Amino acid sequence: MPLPDERGYFGSFGGRYVPETLMPALEELTAAYQEAHRDPSFWQELEYYLQQYVGRPSPLYFARRLSEHCRGARIYLKREDLNHTGAHKINNTIGQILLARRMGKKRIIAETGAGQHGVATATAAALFGMECAVYMGEEDMARQALNVFRMRILGATVVGVTAGSRTLKDAMNEAMRDWVTNVDTTYYLIGSVAGPHPYPVMVRDFQRVIGVETRRQVQEQTGRLPDVIVACVGGGSNAMGIFHPFLEDREVKLVGVEAAGCGLDTGKHAATLNRGRPGILHGSKSYVLQDEDGQINLAHSISAGLDYPGVGPEHSYLKETGRVVYTAVTDEEALEAFQLLCRTEGIIPALESAHALAQAVKMAGEMPQEAIIVVNLSGRGDKDVQTVARALGGEG
Amino acid sequence: MKGNRITQRFSALAQEGKKGLITYITAGDPDLDTTARLVRTMAEAGADLVEVGIPFSDPVADGPVIQKASARALANGVRVRDIIRTCAGIRQNTGVPLILMTYYNPVYQYGLEDFARDAAGAGIDGLIVPDLPFEESGELLGHTDHYGLALIPLVAPTTTEKRLAAMAPAARGFVYCVSVTGVTGAREEIHTDLAKFMRRVRRHIQLPCAIGFGIAGPVQAAAVAPYCDAMVVGSAIVDLVARAGTGDPAPAVAALVKDIKSAIEKCA
Repeated sequence: MPLPDERGYFGSFGGRYVPETLMPALEELTAAYQEAHRDPSFWQELEYYLQQYVGRPSPLYFARRLSEHCRGARIYLKREDLNHTGAHKINNTIGQILLARRMGKKRIIAETGAGQHGVATATAAALFGMECAVYMGEEDMARQALNVFRMRILGATVVGVTAGSRTLKDAMNEAMRDWVTNVDTTYYLIGSVAGPHPYPVMVRDFQRVIGVETRRQVQEQTGRLPDVIVACVGGGSNAMGIFHPFLEDREVKLVGVEAAGCGLDTGKHAATLNRGRPGILHGSKSYVLQDEDGQINLAHSISAGLDYPGVGPEHSYLKETGRVVYTAVTDEEALEAFQLLCRTEGIIPALESAHALAQAVKMAGEMPQEAIIVVNLSGRGDKDVQTVARALGGEG
Repeated sequence: MKGNRITQRFSALAQEGKKGLITYITAGDPDLDTTARLVRTMAEAGADLVEVGIPFSDPVADGPVIQKASARALANGVRVRDIIRTCAGIRQNTGVPLILMTYYNPVYQYGLEDFARDAAGAGIDGLIVPDLPFEESGELLGHTDHYGLALIPLVAPTTTEKRLAAMAPAARGFVYCVSVTGVTGAREEIHTDLAKFMRRVRRHIQLPCAIGFGIAGPVQAAAVAPYCDAMVVGSAIVDLVARAGTGDPAPAVAALVKDIKSAIEKCA
């Protein structure tokens, strides 16, 4: 049976846990998306923008010097960092903006952690002349000042969120409050495979292009499918995008990498699938970092983009079925991988992607030279250089 | 659910031709002793039903006043078990119908059956879960029905006729009609066409209707009274608790409840 089911469940995860005010809007969105999904002209228009505006297909690059350094498997990088705006996020925002336009919506709201989704949303809104407001925790605004400035240049209003942890979790709460208030006129553009049905399936469908291209490219370049695909998981959209077209290929090992922050046993991490348990947050049932009473814990990662105590419900399902293995990498390991890629390949990765890289480097050394690992390089690291400089004591 | 205090109270109000007043406070803000005292204060001042909020870290249906109260209560370390125990204590001293309001995750983590059993055992009469639409409420409803706890539905101005018809069989106690599209919080005016909204609700659900969200004081209360069987006042009371700081919020809360009560009695 294709997942999710009609109520938006992947096994026991997913669903719609939102205030009643929003339920009719979710029903309307689901119907609009199903209708668009069946319409070839919708996908043709999306493909036009993905090719001519985003710059797809993104290359699949054989990282020769990185691979030599690891003395093991050949590592290939799926270069989502080369997309317009510098990350995979733009694939989904263009898709959803086209849908919002079909629905006659004029105002777009979004939430953002590291700012990549906010920038991608502000970009897509500018492209189609829509009003745009982006909610961002004040802590993240300080960490990601460059992206805040980019959003403002693009004409978006950046709304600082002072509640709670002042990070992505609270930005998402605030965006939902805005949506509850302005549901008649406003389209809520969720940036990950999280939230109530139909967002997890819709965002996955818009990000599948990463995996579809990877599949073709790796076969063209190597004549076969890869042994391992590695991607970082915050909410989990880049991982779901690259994994999904390979789910039926049992010989391809899929590895999702969460942020272990200061360490899995320190309480300062964002490893939801490794250390959380099933619960309800932001509209769906999935793994959640929480205390005994069901209060949501604060997540920690050096990467603002991974700093989220929830995860998309399909990842929870893939964890429970065992199809995807979820590991975690610490801040320190991610920083090492960040520097390694800079120096071996001349590519500055996003700190999110550096988590996936760190895992790939660990695995490559234990695999034979004919093995193939694909890492989803989900974004570029310009936004993170100050964070890295601070972490390395100004020597970054 | 014949013996349920909620149903009894609405029957009594209907017989007297009066409108009911439902008041809300966040448990543990500033502490559970004050919560217990405020529930009794409000009941004595004229509240017909009282809602006790179990704070949640991520209250997406609430505006800033209740959001901050929840954060204060959680910072004080309030726990779900202690709140239920406090309600059991309150029940020793008052017959006012008690309703717990919280988000789904605290209930889910407590265990759906355990929660229904313990809440009912503490003398609680109803439960409101704003992020649990009827499509997802089936499992919890099985347990709340079993233990005689009313799972009270919320409906919004955006709720379609089709949804109202579909949720009617699962509705218990009364219908909580959200007066505006938006979050909780006092407002100067309510722009929703309440007459039309309530006609649509009553066409499908044969239970008492309470209007909530945005009722700040006697003026708005008198304005919405003609359309409903009861009204909910939350943020305005929680705001008084916040303003009292380390002082005693009870006199101000009692005064507001009395003012609203007398304003709606004039409408009867």
